Amino acid sequence: MASHRLKPLSALGREFLAVESIGPVTVAEVMDVALASLAARRGQEAVVGAAAAQAGIPLPPPGRAEVGAVCGAFWVSPEMWFLEAPFATHEDVVAHLRPVFGEAASITEQTDAWARLNVTGPLGPLFERLCNLDLGRFEPGSATRTVIEHVGCYAIRRAPERMTVLGPRSMAGSLHHALTVAARSVA
Amino acid sequence: MLILHPLLGLRDAQEFTYLGDASIIDRPDGLTEPEAFHDYLYLRDNPAGVHKELWFHEQGDRSWLVVTRNTVTHEILGAELARDYARGRGRSR
Repeated sequence: MASHRLKPLSALGREFLAVESIGPVTVAEVMDVALASLAARRGQEAVVGAAAAQAGIPLPPPGRAEVGAVCGAFWVSPEMWFLEAPFATHEDVVAHLRPVFGEAASITEQTDAWARLNVTGPLGPLFERLCNLDLGRFEPGSATRTVIEHVGCYAIRRAPERMTVLGPRSMAGSLHHALTVAARSVA
Repeated sequence: MLILHPLLGLRDAQEFTYLGDASIIDRPDGLTEPEAFHDYLYLRDNPAGVHKELWFHEQGDRSWLVVTRNTVTHEILGAELARDYARGRGRSR
């Protein structure tokens, strides 16, 4: 095996994950989650549903996120979900999912396509500055794609004061900037 | 303007892009007379009132919707998934 001296960097280009506390809000970069998209092929919706149920993989309804025993999932579009699993055990997430769904679903690796930031603290004043989500209706367990800093991002509300934001990895810096600026303006 | 998404509820119209008249779902058979294809491609009604049109939820779940909108008042009267609308009109998908 070729020896190399490459260092893994976070989506923000750092050696150590960025964790910033601004007033009551904490914005933390996360890298320990493997991500894959799962799309049921046409006519295979029932097969995919049955396979997921047998494997204990949740397939939540539109606009929702669920956590299962091994893997969590959130709905992204009709008959399509993003699945989240611990990176340590599921680095090759597609290879784990392929045997479960066979030819009934299309699965793509998404881990490195997205920058993942966990935001904790009072979410209302923060996200009303960032996007047009109505947090009053976006109760815990909700997940959706919306526009943050002009770019489509996923927001998943894990708890009343905890939100996961996924943005395209190439705009990780801009997303982090937007979140921390908004946090400073409400601190 | 808010669009009542059939799956996700009320969503800001900013999240959508607009294509136009939903009549383009009724594409004529490729072997039909050229006149029918000409009309399909170039002729659109321009009603002052209720209009069915295609909107794409680009910054949301990326589904195509058929939205019924009053072009005079901009009132959104309904929205359904374009695939359901197309299947309802005899299309296979």
